Amino acid sequence: MPFSRFVLPAVVALALAAPAHAAKELKIGFLSTLSGPAGGIGVEIRDGFNLALKLAGGKLGGMPTEVVVADDTLNPDTGRQLAERMLRRDRVNLMTGVVFSNVMLAVWPTIRDAKVFYVAPNATPTGITGKGCSPYFFSASWPNEAHHEAAGEFANSKGYKNAYLIAPNYPAGKDALTGFKRTYKGTVVAEVYSKLGQLDYSAELAQVRAAHPQTLYAFLPGGMGINFIKQFVAAGLSHEVQLVVPGFVSDQDIVSAVGDPMLGMFDTSQWAYDLDNDANRKFVAEFEKAYNRIPTLYAEQGYTAALIIDQAVRDAKGKVEDEKAFRAALMKAPERAKTPRGKWKEAANGTPIQDYYVRALVKDRDGHIVNKKIAVILHDHRDFWAKDCGMK
Amino acid sequence: MSPTLFLEQSLNGLQFGLMLFLLAAGLTLVFGIMDMINLAHGSLYMIGAYLMASFAQATGSFWLALPLALAATAVIGAVLEVSLLRRLYRRDHLAQVLATFAVILIANELVRIVWGPQPILLNPPEALTGPVQLPGGLHYASFRLLIIGVGAAVALLLYVLVSKTRIGMLVRAGASNREMATAMGVDIRRLFTAVFALGAALCALAGAMLGPILAVQVGMGENILILAFVVIVIGGIGSIRGALVGSLLVGVVDTSGRAFLPLALDVFLPPQVASGAGPALASILIYVVMAVVLYFRPQGLFPARG
Repeated sequence: MPFSRFVLPAVVALALAAPAHAAKELKIGFLSTLSGPAGGIGVEIRDGFNLALKLAGGKLGGMPTEVVVADDTLNPDTGRQLAERMLRRDRVNLMTGVVFSNVMLAVWPTIRDAKVFYVAPNATPTGITGKGCSPYFFSASWPNEAHHEAAGEFANSKGYKNAYLIAPNYPAGKDALTGFKRTYKGTVVAEVYSKLGQLDYSAELAQVRAAHPQTLYAFLPGGMGINFIKQFVAAGLSHEVQLVVPGFVSDQDIVSAVGDPMLGMFDTSQWAYDLDNDANRKFVAEFEKAYNRIPTLYAEQGYTAALIIDQAVRDAKGKVEDEKAFRAALMKAPERAKTPRGKWKEAANGTPIQDYYVRALVKDRDGHIVNKKIAVILHDHRDFWAKDCGMK
Repeated sequence: MSPTLFLEQSLNGLQFGLMLFLLAAGLTLVFGIMDMINLAHGSLYMIGAYLMASFAQATGSFWLALPLALAATAVIGAVLEVSLLRRLYRRDHLAQVLATFAVILIANELVRIVWGPQPILLNPPEALTGPVQLPGGLHYASFRLLIIGVGAAVALLLYVLVSKTRIGMLVRAGASNREMATAMGVDIRRLFTAVFALGAALCALAGAMLGPILAVQVGMGENILILAFVVIVIGGIGSIRGALVGSLLVGVVDTSGRAFLPLALDVFLPPQVASGAGPALASILIYVVMAVVLYFRPQGLFPARG
């Protein structure tokens, strides 16, 4: 009937056009990779996030908080559909959780167009921090290139003359090797991009052996790293080539799978489990009590993201929909909240300005393999691409 | 390109090819004798790998877990055959594809329910985690050498089984002409169940061997299943010899393509493009090989049916 054909669309249009009002409850969309070989990363971030939520009594910023969790299975299309569902059906007023940069770049237009703030506990691609920067993006982790710039600096400090580079062929992999090459002063022997999710590295390792580099720099997070390091050791290359990695390739998730062959490896990170501040001691103790394992840097990122949200929501008095007020609160939050990293700041393009450490894998008193902080390698380090962002 | 690199990549290709053979052998027998397209073959590979990982964790020993996993998967294969797949022999290929595809989906979900969504750990035996020095100075991963050894041993065993034993004769007769074999008094039903169980055990062996190198995860069977089908099409349906030649061909072409094409492309393309295009071209290469073989020999290289 002609009349009803207009009623339904009209009703829907009115419902969607409902004016924004101060939220009574915080509904956070947690979109992450929770299955498959890289699923462990999302689980770590989620566990860190949930720990902070639990310690805050289930309320972030004093508001009752509900977390809607979804698994993107490392598929950008799935991620985009889930983001749309969270924004339209579940009506979340904040989003967080994405692990991988290719998924992040796929879901970002949806989140930005919905004018919902996104707090990054991991992936912070250069596509969203440089020319494409936006007030709705806030990274609580690191700019994608930072750990790799730190590793390049570390390789310089050890006097490594040449390096063979490997990373997966996706945005964060490209960011990684770009960052390493920016600071590294030696010769780059080769730059190889493996397939994202690849598990058998026999072909790549044979090439490494034939090239005889002094150093191998590999960025291979999650299950890729587990396989790569196991195969690297099995091929006897650990005696021939010095392996340097960012913290993503040598944290507890990979250590618990590979074990003793990793002792003595150096890596770079924005956090170490033995950082000397009260917030960190509390984080590590509570995490070990709740989950019976040592936290990874991913868990710290999830935990810190929740702390930042807590501080910002409190400072903005719950006005999550108010772009100016909430963004101002977010920008100040790292200095006001007591995070396990200590005091740090946020740059205008939505990336942290913080220290990066060199860590080493050693055995602690109980015989567990842990990542001990050795030194600060980059101090108050900024995102290189902040110069392209026009925001203040 | 140095001789060491050539040797290492050749060994890698051999290793991959022999593992494909384990899967292709079972698949070609089932397709050849029962005329059934069994997509669930990849699921048996996955279940074999998961059972191997669980038994290895429970017993603490790789070698103890291996026969347990093979036996358990063979039993599961036999049960699957008797309960479900037996009814599909008379049906057309489309019905078989649909039914076995459903088995894939069900198997994936069952595995996810029992073992969780994340991959589980399967480590090689402690003694084989390091390299072995080969003549020429190459240090090659000892576990991969084991895989090559196991694959070659299975190939030899299957050859002896199929050409020198009575059971093998029955299998060849059934592959050649099922109706005639039944008319000659062969108990086809038991033969089929036995062949299926053997195929399942071979899948489990492949899963147990590849699990430590790849990852024991939900859906691990799908990718390798496609390659196994390419192998049996190239080699000829129903022929074990064809499966061996086909799998070695596919293994070597795939590994060499992945290893050397990016190098060749690197000469005139930027690294990111070369690294993306190389593996893509390498996988196209396999299908090109298949098309060429089919053009000259539509029945495959060693067809079982005359």
